[in-house]
Parts: sequence; C-alpha cells; structure tokens
Amino acid sequence: MTRALINVPPKAKRGQTIEIKTLISHIMETGYRHDNMGKPIPRDIITQLTCSYNGEEIFRADLYPAISANPFVTFYTVATESGTLAFEWTGDNGFHETASAKITVE
Amino acid sequence: MDHDSREATRRDMLLAGLAGLGAALIKVEPAAATPESMRRAIHQVVGEASVRKGKVTIDVPPLVENGNTVALAIEVESPMTPQDHVKAIHVFNEKNPQPNIISARLGPRAGRGRITTRFRLADTQTIVAIAELSDGSFWSASADVIVTLAACLEDLS
Repeated sequence: MTRALINVPPKAKRGQTIEIKTLISHIMETGYRHDNMGKPIPRDIITQLTCSYNGEEIFRADLYPAISANPFVTFYTVATESGTLAFEWTGDNGFHETASAKITVE
Repeated sequence: MDHDSREATRRDMLLAGLAGLGAALIKVEPAAATPESMRRAIHQVVGEASVRKGKVTIDVPPLVENGNTVALAIEVESPMTPQDHVKAIHVFNEKNPQPNIISARLGPRAGRGRITTRFRLADTQTIVAIAELSDGSFWSASADVIVTLAACLEDLS
C-alpha cells in the first residue's frame, strides 16, 4: 500500500535548484476533538519528516497538530549529484513510513 | 503528646494537599494558544535574540472558507550560500489550541529558502513566521487570516 507520494524531477542539471513535493496519507488527529459520545479522541499525528540526499540530511520538519490531514510539504534542494533522495516520516503510535526517489544529474 | 503529633500530621497533610492543589493549578494550560502562549513558543525558539521585521514573506489567502486546509508558503530572501543561508523557518499562530504550526530546518544545500504546506486554522487570527539565518539573526513576518469555517473545534457527528 502506497501511503506516501513524492515528486522529484527525474533529471536535473548540476547546480540547479529543484522543488521537492511530499504528500502522505494520514489523519493527523489533533487530540482536541471529541467523538459523538463526547469522549476525547487521542492525538495521532506525524511529528517529523526528514529528507536525505545520498545519505546526507538536507531537510527536516517538525509537524504539529495544526498541520492538515494528509500532510503536504514542499521544499527545495540543489541537484549536486545523481543518486537517491530518501524520505522518512515518523509519528505517534510508532508511525513510520519511508519513500525514496532517484534523480539523475547531468 | 499524642494529640500534638496527630495535630501536626493533620496540618502537614492539609499543607501538602494545598501545595498539591497549587501545583495542579499552575500546570493547567489554557486550551487555546493565546498571544501570550505564542510569545512563549517564539521565545523558546528565539531565546533572548531580537527578531527583526523583513526578509520573510508569508503567502496565505487573506480570507479562508475552510480552516481545515489552508495553503501556506513561506519564502525567505537569502543567497543560500554556505556563508549566508536560512537555517530554520518556524511558523506560529495565535488562536489554535497550540501555538506551533511547523518548524523546518534547512541548510545551504536547499538552494532556496522556501517551504510550503497546508495547515489548520481554528479562528480568524494572525500567523507569524520566523526565519533563523546562519549568522544567528532572526527575521519575521506576520499575516492576518479571516476564517469562516473553523478547524479543530468541530465534533464528529
């Protein structure tokens, strides 16, 4: 089951700044809502997204309950060399998801 | 003797109970991020450094119909070189249950000091974005957003 969607240009020129888009399916339950019996719904969110480029971390974001369901985050990086961008999401209740994308730099 | 010691125990218990109650009262946090709690959250990030206005642009719709998903883009003016780049971007709000929205760490490899995301807004309020640059300075911008349908507070039906 693919829960994460990432968009990285497959090809880039060396030194070019590329946009990276990430989307992951997750309810991001804030912990401030109540169900129809009036019981509080416990918090269940993704707390962190990290991205590394050929093993070196290039981006890290701490997410809070204010982030919408199915967190969408975009950021930029300079295409330095061909290789892999690895993404990792961690969150409440042991949530852990990874994804990766290949990029060819000319 | 016996009477005295029992009295002391009872007084001790009462005092301990009061102290416990006091501690419990102090620990209670307001359910909403008031401007005061936003100030505290900003202080945790910034410390004693001064925050200047400028260099940061917030791109958010001024009028939002649905507070559950609000598109947000933060752009920081920076050459993004190893000597001069954006280290972090933090976004805060005034009236959601929590003052933090997102905290992102960037580096010279980012190429561009910009992030975008989608977030929730519980009420009409002001958003504050703070950028931390590699020279240790902090820059900020704020934006007012009017919300017609609030997030966070609705119950499931």
